[in-house]
Parts: sequence; structure tokens; C-alpha cells
Amino acid sequence: MINALPDPISRRLPPLADMPVPLLPLQPILYRIVRRVAEKHPGLFERLGKHQRSNFVIELTDLPLALHLRPFPPSLILRAVRKDRLPKHEAHIAGDFRTLLGLLDAEVDGDAIFFSRDLVISGDTEAVVTLRNALDDVEGSIAEDVAEMFGAAGRMALARLNAMTESQDSEGASHDNW
Amino acid sequence: MTTGEVVGELVCPAGTPASLRTAVDAGADSIYCGFQNATNARNFPGLNFTPKELAGAVDYAHERGANVLLALNSYPPAGKFDLWREAADLGNELDVDAFIVADMAVARYISEKHPERRIHLSVQAAAASPDAINYYVREFGVKRVVLPRILTIPEIHDIKSEISAEIETFIFGNHGLMVEGRCSLTNYATGLSTNMDGVCSPAHLVEYVKDADENMSTRLGGYTIDRFGPQENAGYPTICKGRYCNEVQPEGYYAFEEPISLNLSKLLPDLMEAGVTAFKIEGRQRSRAYVRKVVSAFRAAVDDIRAGREPQLADLVALTEGQKQTEGAYKTKKWR
Repeated sequence: MINALPDPISRRLPPLADMPVPLLPLQPILYRIVRRVAEKHPGLFERLGKHQRSNFVIELTDLPLALHLRPFPPSLILRAVRKDRLPKHEAHIAGDFRTLLGLLDAEVDGDAIFFSRDLVISGDTEAVVTLRNALDDVEGSIAEDVAEMFGAAGRMALARLNAMTESQDSEGASHDNW
Repeated sequence: MTTGEVVGELVCPAGTPASLRTAVDAGADSIYCGFQNATNARNFPGLNFTPKELAGAVDYAHERGANVLLALNSYPPAGKFDLWREAADLGNELDVDAFIVADMAVARYISEKHPERRIHLSVQAAAASPDAINYYVREFGVKRVVLPRILTIPEIHDIKSEISAEIETFIFGNHGLMVEGRCSLTNYATGLSTNMDGVCSPAHLVEYVKDADENMSTRLGGYTIDRFGPQENAGYPTICKGRYCNEVQPEGYYAFEEPISLNLSKLLPDLMEAGVTAFKIEGRQRSRAYVRKVVSAFRAAVDDIRAGREPQLADLVALTEGQKQTEGAYKTKKWR
């Protein structure tokens, strides 16, 4: 688990998904990220077609926040939102952080994690399917691109995240087949 | 390699240009794909190729010795044939290696206008007897038939002995037991046709609804076609894979098929022995992760068999529908 902490601290703290976090500092970072992706992968947005104007809420089930995405290049939105104050949206996607990161980088198969119920979708299914297909056509790693934006610190954070994921996989986590 | 040149040709799916490159790099001999319109039976949002993308994809494949097969495997409705004609002309211009067709008029057009191009008969044509296959061979010069997934291996062997065309069989992916090309279940529920609009269970009419107990209902065009318990694996939102209740089975039962995937990895030698030329992996709607893993696994298996080694088969169950797999009718007609 990403939010696992060594005992006895973990026994004293609420699960990470329930901890309040300040969202304001995240907003400029998230905006930079979506701008960078739009500049580097314009084809992704073309493939989205009419769903560029759809509002997606991406709920990170193991983190205390959700993301609001509107992939319309003239006025891109990617911002952190509170789970109890979701904005108006057409499509809702929920999964844990590493599942969604794997989906973002086409490292996991969207259908397979839907079959296994690790990915839960609701609302406009067509918008979700289109987003999934468009992301899958992006070659290279979006996560690595984003990490690169933040230099050595970004690369280190991603490497740590990958190491945690590999460690969980080797311990027999539910995604042991990718 | 020219398509049809070797036994055990691996025919792999690509829903996007990136998937096609992934399939080529993973060892596909041939890749099948389609345009972004109703001319193919996977006309899903965000999927498929623009003409420019297909041009680049054909170059990529040909430079690496792989073939591109263009799926024009839906049925043109009256008055809309121009779309299929234009797609065939464009495919010819872009130098695809073969057209996969189902409709006789499309086959006729390609055989007359582009006689140098190979025609493969799609599973959508549902040709399952030597008589039917020989008709397509005789009338349209069909070089290969993709057989429906309802035949045993001895039946495939018998068919091969009576036809001159190559045989392609599905080896992995959707089990697909409906009489393909004739299934009207989606049309009944949504008004849109799988066979003419290219969309089985169009995504804009699919809805997933969770209740307070974490059960998830799948709805298509307003009809509830399945409901999964909190810990239960889900399947595709198609009517043929749905569960339905009646007085005798109020808990619900699979009226047509179950959410389960075909996996013939253990039967590859038998299929080769029966005269199958090409092995098809289903899944143009699936991700690059699926393509990479499944194509790599079958590439290694086919190479092992060709080299006289016992094939080492990767575990692909995590990529199957419902996380279940079957050898279906290929093994026995009593698979359920």
C-alpha cells in the first residue's frame, strides 16, 4: 500500500485516503503537467474528438483527493478537488494511484482492470472509453515526462514510486500479471 | 514476409497506430486494423486509424517485414456503399497487403477494381462449410477464410481438405459464439447495428450503476443486462454475455454465453496439423499492454513449435474476460 507507514505510527494515523491535504499548492503543478502533455502529445487531444469538452473526475481511491480533468486544449483543466465536493462532471473514473498510473502509461490493460473491478467507471461511458483509447495511443511514458519536468527530484520520486510498485507486485499484489 | 507464406502466421490486432507498432515489435507477422468509420466492426470512439495514420503504419510494418490487413468487414446499408468503396480505394492506395471483408458486394468491388490485392473472408461472413467457402473463392478470388469459433479441430481438418483457401482461426480473445455478421442483439436494444454501424454495444448507450451495497449493474440502451456483486469479476457490456432472470432461475443465468475468453495456446500444434495457416488474436479494442503481452506470448509459442520444442506458454488469464478462459468448441462442442 502506498500509504503504509511503519508501526506504530500507522496505528495512530487515519488512512491516507482520509487525511485532509491542502489542495491549493497542487493546482499550479497540475496545470503545468496538463499543459506539458498537451504540448508534447497533440494527437492525444485530436483522438478525443468531441470529448475534449467532457469533464472527467478521476478519483484516487487511496489518496485524499480527486482530479478534475477537462482536456479542451484552448482552456485545459487539471486540478485537485476534494472528494466530498466534486465538480459537475460527465464521467467518473475510480482506482488506486498505481492502477491509474499504469493506465496512464499503457502499462496495464484497461479492460482487464475493469474486469477485475480494480477500475470503476460511471457516467458517460463513451467519454471514458475515448479517453482510455486516446491515452493508449501515446507512446513513451507520460509519468516520466512529468517527472522530468521537476528535474532530479521528480525523477527520484518516480523511481521511488516504481520501486514501491515492484515491491508490492513481488509480494503478490493483485496486479501480478502485468 | 508475404501474408500466407508460412504456417503459423501470427495475425494481431491494432486499434491505434501505437498498438500497431507494439504488435510489430512484439513479433506479429500481420496486423489487422480499420478506419475511423462504419466500414469495420470495431467502430469504437477514440479507436482506429485516419488515412494518414494508416499510411505511416503500413510503412512501419513493411519496413520490418510485417503485413497490414485492412478490415472492411461490416455490411454497407442501402445507399451508403460509397463509404466502403472509398475505403477500399484508399487501402489500395496505401498499399495494404489484404482486405478483410464480409459483404459480397465489397468483395466483388475489390476483386474487380483491385484484383492484385488479397481478399480474406471475415468471420463476419460466417462461412463455416466447404460449399460456402468455395463459393467465395470461386466468385471473388478469396485467398483466406477466417473461420467462426464454433468448429472442432477435426471439423476444421475436414473443411481444409475440401477448400483451396488458407484457413485463419482465432486463438485468443473474445469467445464470440454468435453467428457473426447476423447477430442483431445490439440492434434490438439500441437501434444501432453491429454489422452495419460497426458497433456492438455502442459506448454512448452503456451505463454502469453502483448501488449502496457496491453491486454494479450494466445497462445497455436502458436495459439491465447484468449485475455483478462487489467481489465478482465483470465482463463486457454485451447482451450475449448478460445474465437474465426468469421464473425458473430467479437468481439469473447466462442465456447465450458467459464472460470468458478463448485461449487455444495448448492447441496450436493440433491446429497446424489440421491445416490452419494463420492464428488470429482478437482485441482491436484492447490496450497496448494487452497487445504486447499476448503477441509476445504467442510469438514465443509459435517459434517453439516451429523449432520442434515444447512451447512455453505465458499465463494470460489476467487479460481474459471475467478472468476465465476456455478452449471452447475447438476442444469439444460440450464446452458449457
